[in-house]
Amino acid sequence: MLILTCPCCGVTGEETEFHAGGQAHLQRSGPGASDEAFEAYLFARENPRGVHFERWRHANGCGKWFHAARCTLTLEVFGTYSAQTTQPPQEVLDAIAKRRPGWTEGGK
Amino acid sequence: MSDATSALNGAAYHGYVEVQEAGLRGMITLRGDLASVDIKNVATGLGGVDFPAQGHCNWVEDRGIAWMSPDEVLVMVPHSEVPAALETARNVLSGQHHLAVDVSDARAVFVLRGAGLREVLAKLAPVDMSPEAFPAGHFRRTRLAQVPAAFWLGEDDSAQVICFRSVAQYVFDILSHAARPGGEVGLYR
Ligand SMILES: [Zn+2]
Repeated sequence: MLILTCPCCGVTGEETEFHAGGQAHLQRSGPGASDEAFEAYLFARENPRGVHFERWRHANGCGKWFHAARCTLTLEVFGTYSAQTTQPPQEVLDAIAKRRPGWTEGGK
Repeated sequence: MSDATSALNGAAYHGYVEVQEAGLRGMITLRGDLASVDIKNVATGLGGVDFPAQGHCNWVEDRGIAWMSPDEVLVMVPHSEVPAALETARNVLSGQHHLAVDVSDARAVFVLRGAGLREVLAKLAPVDMSPEAFPAGHFRRTRLAQVPAAFWLGEDDSAQVICFRSVAQYVFDILSHAARPGGEVGLYR
């Protein structure tokens, strides 16, 4: 079972209290972007076997969006953090490095 | 003028835990910067209790304040006082970014009584209801079976459950079913 701690209200709950919002830290391809870049922004998503960054909403709770870093294989959660950021915070990256030595962001 | 009526008009079920719809309760959603002195003053002035810590509800008799989210509290007052309370909130907070709205008739409230109420809630909510994990005064927004709900426990083997009015009958039914004699599990004893 996936257990998340909402960084907004502090509640630790299991996944039925939350709603998954897909891959985190997408960058919108703005006006002037190529068709390929915009298509990738709209449709191309990571589907890693391992460390993944996602958006979640505390739907049956405080209602806020936040980010989570977790392992898709084991459901281990490395950290949850604010939605108001474009990158994972250093302490979450440190937690991942500790648990998954050798993992690099974007690396396969 | 028509009389105000709560969702289930005080319906009750007498199981191994008592389930009773609480009747009319004034509830005001107050949103804004919870660090703002004015927001706090409005909440405590109307709610008649100290401002609650994150994840808590302070409640005395028929007044209280529940912490809903980092920018929202639920202020509870007697039902008849809501119009005056809203007037007060609007006067104090005019010019400040805030929301104060009457949700009394958009919610239903249930009171549970009895020693087994922790396990009745645990049957329905994905929440650790042990006394260590969920002491009296903690406030939890979660779900009961398939609908959103919130609850807190008093010191006296009582609990209060808030849900949307549109699912009041559903929540009454599942609470009653969970409290049916013969369904005792014996958790948290
Ligand atoms: Zn939350």
